[in-house]
Amino acid sequence: MNMQAAPRQTLGAAPEVGQPHTRNEAACHDLSIRVRDLKLWYGESQALKGLNIDLFQKNVTALIGPSGCGKSTFLRCLNRMNDLIPSVRVEGLVEMDGHDVNQTKMDEVALRRRVGMVFQKPNPFPKSIYENIAYAPRMHDLVSRKPEQDELVEKALRDAGLWEEVKDKLHQPGTSLSGGQQQRLCIARAIAVQPDVILMDEPTSALDPISTATIEDLMDRLKEQFTIITVTHNMQQAARVADYTAFFHLGEIIEYNDTKTMFANPATKKAEDYITGRYG
Amino acid sequence: MSHTFDDISAQLKRRHRRSARLKWISMGALGLAGLFLVLFFADMLVKGLPAFQQAQIQVEIDYNEDAQRMGRAALDPDESRLVSRTFERLIPVELRENPELLGTTETRWVLADSEVDQYLKGHRHKLSDDQQATVDALVEQGRAALKFNTNFFTTGDSKMPEASGILSAVMGTVMTMLVTLAISFPIGVMTAVYLEEFAPDNRLTQLIEININNLAAIPSILFGLLGLAIFINFFGVPRSTPLVGGMTLALMTLPVIIIATRTALRSVPDSIRHAAFGVGCSRWQVVRDHVLPLAMPGIMTGSIIGLAQAMGETAPLIIVGMVAFIPDVGASFTEAATVLPAQIFTWAGEPEKAFVEKTAGGILVLLAILIFLNASAVILRKKFERRW
Repeated sequence: MNMQAAPRQTLGAAPEVGQPHTRNEAACHDLSIRVRDLKLWYGESQALKGLNIDLFQKNVTALIGPSGCGKSTFLRCLNRMNDLIPSVRVEGLVEMDGHDVNQTKMDEVALRRRVGMVFQKPNPFPKSIYENIAYAPRMHDLVSRKPEQDELVEKALRDAGLWEEVKDKLHQPGTSLSGGQQQRLCIARAIAVQPDVILMDEPTSALDPISTATIEDLMDRLKEQFTIITVTHNMQQAARVADYTAFFHLGEIIEYNDTKTMFANPATKKAEDYITGRYG
Repeated sequence: MSHTFDDISAQLKRRHRRSARLKWISMGALGLAGLFLVLFFADMLVKGLPAFQQAQIQVEIDYNEDAQRMGRAALDPDESRLVSRTFERLIPVELRENPELLGTTETRWVLADSEVDQYLKGHRHKLSDDQQATVDALVEQGRAALKFNTNFFTTGDSKMPEASGILSAVMGTVMTMLVTLAISFPIGVMTAVYLEEFAPDNRLTQLIEININNLAAIPSILFGLLGLAIFINFFGVPRSTPLVGGMTLALMTLPVIIIATRTALRSVPDSIRHAAFGVGCSRWQVVRDHVLPLAMPGIMTGSIIGLAQAMGETAPLIIVGMVAFIPDVGASFTEAATVLPAQIFTWAGEPEKAFVEKTAGGILVLLAILIFLNASAVILRKKFERRW
């Protein structure tokens, strides 16, 4: 089954493979990642059944769908985190900047330098706040001198909206912060290496509503610099922060649409049922 | 049909009784174990503490012509039988080294014979009535007394119980353990890192894993045979030395360190690894910068406990010849040496009664070191323990 299972023609002709069904005219449409016929198996069971999707730069794209539909698995394909699971087999094209990042000749370290990740549970390194940020840029030789490093730490923390809260305790352990602060620290850690894309795997599911709102605001600001792809179980969150939304079901992308259209006028019955809370 | 509270409590009473009984049985077991421990410690302390005191006698040394050949001639004939023969043997040596002493006299506290020592401590002794009277008189004059036995900590083994000390064994143990640590720690930790962080999970690694777990359960004397066959007979490592002893014990300690390290690595949550991979660490950077530092307290604890185990080991060292009479405090890894438990073993086999307290004293020293090591392992673990 391909994307538009039961196309409801809203904008004339059906879009090309991988393109969203409807366009968000305000959003940027430079291609960031092109995915074609992506299939993935955990041992014998197939988790992704031939995905096609074009992800645009400097947008927030939300991946929604019921549990076990493959959205987190897909997200982890984009920075090859699935390589860490021995039984996983991946086929298909994941193209970024003219390179197929799915090939073994692509160094996954180089890929992860350009595609950062924020995880479901905040996982700061058990080191100081400063060291959490400075570690990766130093490792990638982005900074050499101490003042440069200080500057970069401050910039990353400012971008993540955490600077004012932690500037007086940079040398306290990152794990001493609250859950929401820890998650913003993880975001600061990801943006410190200046990636192109930031993957977020349910970044707010472990947080309280106020911290969640802070992170959503942050995503809204960060999309000016970065391409953000986020998995969420929270429909309101997808509606609030995302420019585009893709609906996953049983390892397939059922619908990929401009967020407004997706929520106001979904093209498929399955997406409509899910969004209105009839299952999921 | 519903149950009344009476029905339920009748049945509950039986259950409560059973759990109370089990509680008493388990507390009884603990109490029994505690009692044995107390008895063991009390026995060792009663027998071993006297070893830290030694009888000394104040004698007048007359450096005369005859003393150049026979040390005994320098002493009062009555007292000379009460003085340790190791001291008498030293007088001619002293005269040879310092000829200007000839013709002078000197009053000095010297080591008493072990029989005097046993007599003063109220143990069984072989002194004649005359000798006993002499000793009593000396005690009255304040010229014979039990003093702190510094000798025990500053000399090596001797055939005279009064002159034998534990230093050569302590030094041997230290050097042997250095060799063991230098070999087993890096190899053990790197093996565990490979198996846990790098190796694929396949038949081969599973086989290796099973074998490592089996190695930890192999009787230690077999490691001694292995050391004898391979290190001494095949590679020609000098026998009885800290080098070969340490290598043999390293074989024994390796599985302990590997297992402890793997457990410590496994207890580092995957979220840390994911975070590190996520910022673009290579596998080795993940391990070196993030996983190993977090696992280090566990690795240290396991290694210290493995080392403490090796330190108490005698059987494999008997095979590689480290149970030997070593009077000199060794200074090199390739000189013959002995270790604490082997020294205790040697003393336990000596016929003289005075060696009983030496044996117990040696055990006390070994116990003190082991308690110190294990306590530091516990402190390390407590200090660096992390909660996730």
